Amino acid sequence: MTESSSRRIEVPILARVEGEGGLEVSIRDDRIAHLALRIFEPPRLFEQFLVGHHYSEIPDLVARICGICPVAYQMSGVSAIERLFAADAATDQNSHQHSQPNTGLAAWVRRMRRLFYCGEWIQSHALHIHLLAAPDFLGFDSAIAMAARHGDELRRGLALQAFGNRIIALLGARSVHPVGARVGGFWRRPALSEIATVKAEAERALPAAEALLRWTAALPLPQQPQHFNCVSLRHPLEYPMMAERIVAESGLDISVDDFEAHFSEHQVPHSTALHGLLEGEPYLVGPLARVNLNQDRLHPHVQALLAELGVEFPSHDMAQSVIARAVEILQAVLEAAEILANVAPQTPAYAELAPRAGIARGASEAPRGLLWHRYDLDADGRIQQARIVPPTSQNQARIEADLAQTLTRIGLNADADRLRQAGEQVIRNYDPCISCATHFLRLTLNR
Amino acid sequence: MTSPPKSPLQPVDSLDRRPRLAVHKLSSCDGCQLALLNAGASLLRLAERFDIVHFAEAGIIDVDAEADIALVEGSVSTAEEAERIQTIRARSRWLMPIGACATAGGPQALKNLANAEAWIASSYPEPQHIDARPTADAVAAHVHVELELPGCPVSTPQVLAALASLLAGATPLAEQDKICLDCKRRGQVCVLVTQDAPCLGPITVTGCGALCPSLGRACYGCYGPAENPEVATLAQRFAELGLDAEAVKRRFLFQQSGAAPFQQLLREWHPKPRAGSATASVDQGSSMTSEDRDHSMISASGEDEDD
Repeated sequence: MTESSSRRIEVPILARVEGEGGLEVSIRDDRIAHLALRIFEPPRLFEQFLVGHHYSEIPDLVARICGICPVAYQMSGVSAIERLFAADAATDQNSHQHSQPNTGLAAWVRRMRRLFYCGEWIQSHALHIHLLAAPDFLGFDSAIAMAARHGDELRRGLALQAFGNRIIALLGARSVHPVGARVGGFWRRPALSEIATVKAEAERALPAAEALLRWTAALPLPQQPQHFNCVSLRHPLEYPMMAERIVAESGLDISVDDFEAHFSEHQVPHSTALHGLLEGEPYLVGPLARVNLNQDRLHPHVQALLAELGVEFPSHDMAQSVIARAVEILQAVLEAAEILANVAPQTPAYAELAPRAGIARGASEAPRGLLWHRYDLDADGRIQQARIVPPTSQNQARIEADLAQTLTRIGLNADADRLRQAGEQVIRNYDPCISCATHFLRLTLNR
Repeated sequence: MTSPPKSPLQPVDSLDRRPRLAVHKLSSCDGCQLALLNAGASLLRLAERFDIVHFAEAGIIDVDAEADIALVEGSVSTAEEAERIQTIRARSRWLMPIGACATAGGPQALKNLANAEAWIASSYPEPQHIDARPTADAVAAHVHVELELPGCPVSTPQVLAALASLLAGATPLAEQDKICLDCKRRGQVCVLVTQDAPCLGPITVTGCGALCPSLGRACYGCYGPAENPEVATLAQRFAELGLDAEAVKRRFLFQQSGAAPFQQLLREWHPKPRAGSATASVDQGSSMTSEDRDHSMISASGEDEDD
């Protein structure tokens, strides 16, 4: 296949990603002339219609950016507002004023939010591994096609997904667009009888999560390490979900408040997702970046299992993302079980906060990576300006760099189906949540 | 709001094959597709009873496939989507929009009230690359639909019940009650009466399970208006609770701003001075109070025992 000087391949709709999109590659003289991860998810303009709304409406509005990670949007939002109203500082300090870590409203809210977030990581990662990614590694078109041969693994995964959803519903009354979270805490604490039920489920989920990590570690993954910079939140003690510092492998260590001084977003013609850059370069956010930067914060049990399996992090092989997700599921199941074993009654379940004018900034680790919010509020707590930087737009430049390297390595003269399949798999490793980038994607290969 | 179905689906047993199911996505958050993707073992059983011909997020792609039942998530927000929904309609026998975006435009319909072009320009430095219509519309604004399932998000039991009905050859029933009724059935304290919380329960259709009042907070109407909603009366009540006119309108123009009764409120409603009919509405509210308080005491004592 040396005759073609120009070639074009198109994958109009990318399967098994959240939202829709595609990939377009133009090849000329055996080199990639143009590569575009096309995201045409229609812009829903959340940042605009947030303007004029009251800060208390943020959790119910921003949840709707992504049906798969609404908790992340709610948590980044409330964190931003509370940091401005100084409630978050109170949260951290108050926990030291009480002798017992599980007493005191602020400490209770922190623990319940962590539990809430564990639920989202578990369900979102389980959905990705089983319904979106596993068919790639096992050679099927879809999870439904995979069910006949791998029914037990699939059912185990769906049970973990259901357990994650159960945790979210415990605090949020439902798992998609939950209604329990508010600025200051939660609308109501869960009933102890319900906590006991979910605690029993956590005990059953634990062996399933362990088995899942073993299973992902044994998957026939392609090996193709690349060079890239990882970015995540960093917490003094915890594996990061909500935290104050943003760190990068390149040595960056900044406050959440200083995000805009280091990270930029720019528009590309082929996408409604803005591309994020750190100091002008692509970077990775998400489970692999988090594990790479926070391995020392993993639960000892997770670390021991990784050692036993011989899985080593940090890793710069994107195919290992599926293992990183299983690592985080086990981490979240362990933490959820520990939190559920020790929940005190708490009434009220929220603090009333006094609004003040200013710039509210906050971040949390969505299942797909760093999610940064900014709200400019007036003295009544009304939003004058909003900026939301979702993980998928931050990863988009990195995905394109990965695609260019992977397709070139396979050989640009390869069969179009082979290139299309490889391209799709690369993209799915990043678990792009295209609707959360408020955006849609299509593969067109021109050569 | 739901519309009565116009024609029953041809009985499944008269087909010589499994019925074909398609799941399409327009502008949305993907949350309503999760009604199926979160269904666990039910999803696998569904895949045995239906021939799933298009469901991109589940890895099955044939966007032009003919379907007996097509679920559509999302609002019509681009020229491409406006064309696509016509094709979907032409190739689907039973078209069922699911969720607030597909039935009322969703939260993004808030742009219909504003200057969308200016909004796009403020998000994107080069707005000429963005394909976006000035409005986010319900599917039914473009094509005929058989049944709408509202809700942000639509619930798994609702979707599965509708599909099960169709499989059995029956026409699915649409929810018509208001959240207030659901609170009564569940013995939940009325947050409007006891806390003066601006609850949309009196005009919102059931389907969610009255979740917000169960947490002691006001319903924000994510399932949209029920039949014959007394929107202006409730708006007046909110004004009497102390919300200014803009806050009252914002309460209704939130997740379901594209719904016709809320659009009407926006055009026609102005707060009345506190007298006459306003008093009547307060009295009506009080007459419901004692019953709710009874329930609230029962419910509160039950909860204390629990802890």
